[in-house]
Amino acid sequence: MSLRNTVRAFPTLLKVGFSEAVAYRAELLVWVLSTTMPLIMMALWTAVARTAPVGRFGQADFVGYFLATFAVRQLISSWAAWLINWEVKQGTLSMRLLRPISPLWAYAAENIAAFPMRLVVAMPVTVLGVVFVGWQVVPRSAVGWVLFAVSIVGGWLITFLTNAIIGSLSLFMDSSQKLMEVYLVLFFVCSGYMYPVELFPEGLRSLIDWLPFRYQMGLPTELMTGAHETAEALRLLAFQWGWVTVLAVGTTVVWRYGLRRFAAFGG
Amino acid sequence: MLRRYLRLLGVQLKASGLQALQYRADFLTDGATSLAWTFTALAPLLVVYGERPSIAGWTFSEALLVVGWFTLLQGVLEGAINPSLTGVVEHIRKGTLDFVLLKPADAQFLVSTQRFLPWRAINVLTGVGLFIYAFWKLGRWPSGPGLLASVVLLGTSTLLLYSLWILTVSAAFVVVRVDNLTYFFTSIFDAARWPSSVFRGGLALFFTFVIPLALMTTYPAEAMLGRLPWQSLVGAVLGSLVFAWVARRVWLRSIGHYTSASS
Repeated sequence: MSLRNTVRAFPTLLKVGFSEAVAYRAELLVWVLSTTMPLIMMALWTAVARTAPVGRFGQADFVGYFLATFAVRQLISSWAAWLINWEVKQGTLSMRLLRPISPLWAYAAENIAAFPMRLVVAMPVTVLGVVFVGWQVVPRSAVGWVLFAVSIVGGWLITFLTNAIIGSLSLFMDSSQKLMEVYLVLFFVCSGYMYPVELFPEGLRSLIDWLPFRYQMGLPTELMTGAHETAEALRLLAFQWGWVTVLAVGTTVVWRYGLRRFAAFGG
Repeated sequence: MLRRYLRLLGVQLKASGLQALQYRADFLTDGATSLAWTFTALAPLLVVYGERPSIAGWTFSEALLVVGWFTLLQGVLEGAINPSLTGVVEHIRKGTLDFVLLKPADAQFLVSTQRFLPWRAINVLTGVGLFIYAFWKLGRWPSGPGLLASVVLLGTSTLLLYSLWILTVSAAFVVVRVDNLTYFFTSIFDAARWPSSVFRGGLALFFTFVIPLALMTTYPAEAMLGRLPWQSLVGAVLGSLVFAWVARRVWLRSIGHYTSASS
């Protein structure tokens, strides 16, 4: 599993992943449609803001925020935990292990390869946002776009690495599906997916600022809608990439120990 | 005829019950996840009502009743409807649906009753808990007729959910891979957590007539509060019956067009 092998094989993995994403486009569309929560939340919060704005959010701001959440959710998606769980249960993971490249890279490639297809969904939503709400729903400067792009990569990495850790835990227990559910609950509540995190009461907010969830979803959304000055954005991005590093180390450790158990289990 | 089907239902229930007793640890994990999900339902509610005392004509305690109905129906959905119908999809994919169709009983009845997850009843208890808490906060109790109406509506909601599911499963005959359709359905059902008057315009029409979420959670909550007009009650009963009839037609059609695995 040398680095050279990985680098050489990666473009091919991406190509295969992309063909798969195109082949199963109907399925992909259904997945996209099942992320309708931001739209529901949009209806709800605009109802709340009908009489008076909430914090700095008026009705239009909520529309912009939740359209951005919808777009960001498409771009930072990962489903590696389900895949790893499934492959561990079916035993097909051993087939992947025979290949001269770590399965984790293969899962990552599969996720990244679906990115263009997901962009096809996210783009029109963003355009709609601009049409209905105005230019404040996208970054208005080149620097803003760069920061946003960096935050998307960071957000995806957090999602993927958490998925990989939870997936790897299925090597220790029968299945980590339930754990995934618990994680998803926390994600929904803490990430800014259902409401902008700044609407949280003060005490909870500082807790949220330390947890990874906000950097997974809330930060890219905030940067997309231009909620922060550059200096503040850089500070938050540093935090995000700090979490990326921690999770990357965590994934490597859990995966390595887990595989040892898997080998023992498979004989 | 009816007696025979009741006995059949008894047999299927007993089998699921025995299976559930085999996995007693599920009781705890299911309980924990159900409570966790209730918390997600409540978290945005708390944040929203931290801002305003009342939203779209609903106070916090009243909205809590809607969440209670949502949790209760979620239990019904995940405990009684979901498992058996996911089974149908498996049958279709593996080609074992043929065996079900060959049996001398109604196929829809057989596939709908093949599996229950009794532990999911925890959700129902959580829902009832929420009702009690909400009414305690309101400082009054539901009226007799209101309670009766809400029980009737529980029946219609279950029928609606079940019919929607039959429709989803009928789609499985066409697209085969339907496991993500179930996710899609659950995510739409999520909208039922909120009083339907929150939704306006297109969404409101969609949630009342296409996917009648308003009928499932908002109507029963209003009935408990004693402010549901009797026309709405009649409408809900008739509407759900029509819906069930349509679902039945679609199901029979799909079965008719179903070419078994071998042909």
